[in-house]
Amino acid sequence: MTMKRCSLRGRPLALVSVCMIALACMVIPAAMAAEQPKAGGTLDFAVGETPPSYDGHRETTFAMLHPLAPHYSTLLRFDPDKYPKIEGDVAESWTVSKDGLTYTFKIRKGIKFHDGSLLTARDIKATYDKIVFPPEGVASARKAYYAMMEKVEAPDESTVVFRLKWPSASFLAQVASPWNFIYKADILAKDPRWYEKNVMGTGPFTFVEYVPGSHWVGKKNPDYFIKGRPYLDGYRAIFIRDTAPRVAAIRGGQVLIEFRGFSPATRDDLVRALGDKVRVQESPWICNMTVAINNEKKPFDDVRVRKALSLAIDRWEGSKALSQISVMKPVGGLMRPGSEFAAPEAELTKLAGFAKDSEASRKEARRLLKEAGVPEGFAFTLKNRNVKEPYEAVGVYVIDQWRKVGLNVTHLPQEGGPYFADLRAGNYETSIDFACDFMDEPDYQLIKFVSGDKSPLNYSRYKDAVLDELYEKQGRATDPKERLKLIRQMEKRVLDEQAYQFHVLWWYRIIPHHARVKGWTITPSHYLNQDLRDVWLAPE
Amino acid sequence: MIPTLFGVAVLVFFLLRVAPGDIVELKYAGVGAFVSKEAMDVERAQLGLDKPLWQQFGDWMWGIARFDFGASMWTGRPITYEIAIRLQLSLQLAIMATIVAVLLSIPLGTIAALRQDTWVDYVVRVFSIAGLAMPSFWLGILMILGMLIFFRWLPPMFFTPIWVDPWANLSQLIWPALAVGYRYSAVATRMTRSAVLEVLREDYIRTARAKGLWEKLILTRHALKNAMLPVVTIIGLEFAFLIGGLVVTEQVFNLNGIGMLFVEAITRRDYTMTQALVLLVSFTFIVVNFVMDLVYAWLDPRIRYQ
Repeated sequence: MTMKRCSLRGRPLALVSVCMIALACMVIPAAMAAEQPKAGGTLDFAVGETPPSYDGHRETTFAMLHPLAPHYSTLLRFDPDKYPKIEGDVAESWTVSKDGLTYTFKIRKGIKFHDGSLLTARDIKATYDKIVFPPEGVASARKAYYAMMEKVEAPDESTVVFRLKWPSASFLAQVASPWNFIYKADILAKDPRWYEKNVMGTGPFTFVEYVPGSHWVGKKNPDYFIKGRPYLDGYRAIFIRDTAPRVAAIRGGQVLIEFRGFSPATRDDLVRALGDKVRVQESPWICNMTVAINNEKKPFDDVRVRKALSLAIDRWEGSKALSQISVMKPVGGLMRPGSEFAAPEAELTKLAGFAKDSEASRKEARRLLKEAGVPEGFAFTLKNRNVKEPYEAVGVYVIDQWRKVGLNVTHLPQEGGPYFADLRAGNYETSIDFACDFMDEPDYQLIKFVSGDKSPLNYSRYKDAVLDELYEKQGRATDPKERLKLIRQMEKRVLDEQAYQFHVLWWYRIIPHHARVKGWTITPSHYLNQDLRDVWLAPE
Repeated sequence: MIPTLFGVAVLVFFLLRVAPGDIVELKYAGVGAFVSKEAMDVERAQLGLDKPLWQQFGDWMWGIARFDFGASMWTGRPITYEIAIRLQLSLQLAIMATIVAVLLSIPLGTIAALRQDTWVDYVVRVFSIAGLAMPSFWLGILMILGMLIFFRWLPPMFFTPIWVDPWANLSQLIWPALAVGYRYSAVATRMTRSAVLEVLREDYIRTARAKGLWEKLILTRHALKNAMLPVVTIIGLEFAFLIGGLVVTEQVFNLNGIGMLFVEAITRRDYTMTQALVLLVSFTFIVVNFVMDLVYAWLDPRIRYQ
């Protein structure tokens, strides 16, 4: 094939137009052909941990979700290309009653479990009964999120009805949870713990083998309910616990992708090494780093001291510096910046510690410390998890910021066991804490800030009836505007008025993967879009 | 053997309970999930952590007496199954690294002793000091980078038993065996050199030479055999260490071995798994010591055990 050189001499506009059209005629069909999904191939991907049990209702780690999600379906799911839009997975359609108390789902017909049996509404009911009303001795990690649920009914084979005690703004999103794998009712009736050690779902891939600590294998489900999917013949999740061999495996082409995320430095290394063979997808991440403050210990029981700690931290400069070396980047309040619930920047910058004039904030911090009787050079400790990135990175940054207002802070990174034991027992003065969720949902992100006796995630040891009430109200608010107002009030109280504990920065997800991997779109959570049903491999 | 193992069992059981941390807390709070106290209590009850300590210890002891080590608190799978998967890799790696170490250390140490203070001795000493100075995991990282950059190739990611596919098996394990074996050989080379030098100065060697014995015979029958006692000790102890101690090397080469399992069990506060692994490593040391004692007696007939 020969190509003509386009010339701008003579009749430049006409020539350019002709060249553009010719180029388009050549490139567009080629691009379309290149992007046409191709069936076949096995996707090898890395997972940084090993799964505890196989039960999605019981576990909370991505290490379970990444290898197992391809075996299962959920009632609803988040559309990965249009996040946070929700679409049906096994549900064909749904309606909500006017009072917001009844959700009726129609189930697609003809969906088969991997053993060939048909999925019915009875299976959905049994699944949600196990999650929300687990039998004695059965652990359900997310039961607390479904406090609004009264009961589940299956009036016929293809209809499921959820009845709520009160209207819930988050209910629909909650049944799109990637953790709520649909299980078979007959199996659950015989042994509610069967799924802890066995796999049997309706997802795009069937289970082949698991070698503990080594790899997990799935193969295409020929009876999957979406015709023509999945594209892949199978997948292998390879457990590589250390970052360096994980990066080497991607670089060497032994695995094509890792779905959790890498640091900017790793992204740059891979791009340098692999050039156009690698594609990078990036997204804000629904994870954050928090400074937990022990509100029971002096002088941290004084709001002026807590507020000074937050005022001293320049988050905007921190974002610039830490985003070079770690996954931390966006500056935000209690809700992820960029999400529909986030505080607009103009509002955010009015909160203590979020203003862009860091000198003024530090001056105010010093004033508050002096007023509270905290002497210059006051010494205390910041406990932390001994994980270099992002924990220790944020710890070092925060300590440096506190030094600028005359505080003398010792960094104490600890192994996971003692770290959590100390947090839970209140054996700390200040500590780095974190949270990760699968969706932008105030019910999830704000639970950390309600009173400690109501939320096991709140390590800051305070009780605040106002916050508890605001949390409850926002969760039941059916008017989005009213809900946003309540969220803003809660945010102001937590971060500004009381400064009980505060976020430093939110995370930023970076996935560098082989360009051969197609059909996978990054979302703000590493828990979403893991069923691999749309993923396909371009030829090498 | 039994009193030693019992002592180890008591120690590890109670030391683990003294260490701060809770497997349920680590499992749920460790990923930042909101899990109610009630759900965590259900999990603790399932794991038997709500029972009094003496009862937990009694249950465990009763299980061991019946060779039932129970299930891993983290995965729920039988401990014997979890260990068996990793043990074949660790055992093979330990054997291969020992072979590499023996093949390097005994000839090099002996040559260095025989050519003491010559350039041969200096080269061997530099080679062995470099082995001592370079951690095996670092050498492993260099190997991986070298293979990646120069050959665009990496060893296989899965363990395949040698009887299933010897090529796949060796292409995965030869690299860590070389990395670990080199460091291991460095210790053994220096020990061999010192021991041979010492023996070569003994009266009976001088006597052998004086009566006109062939030098090769003096070396193999009289010098080396007697010099081997400390070398055997080093090799035996290193071998036992390799069964559970190759944590970082396993991380670098992504090997699914006992060392990684050990570290994961400890960091996750998986009591049952940690207890079983400590017993396994203790048992390995006891067996290796026993074998070493037999080898001592073979090498030096004056040694007799009553």
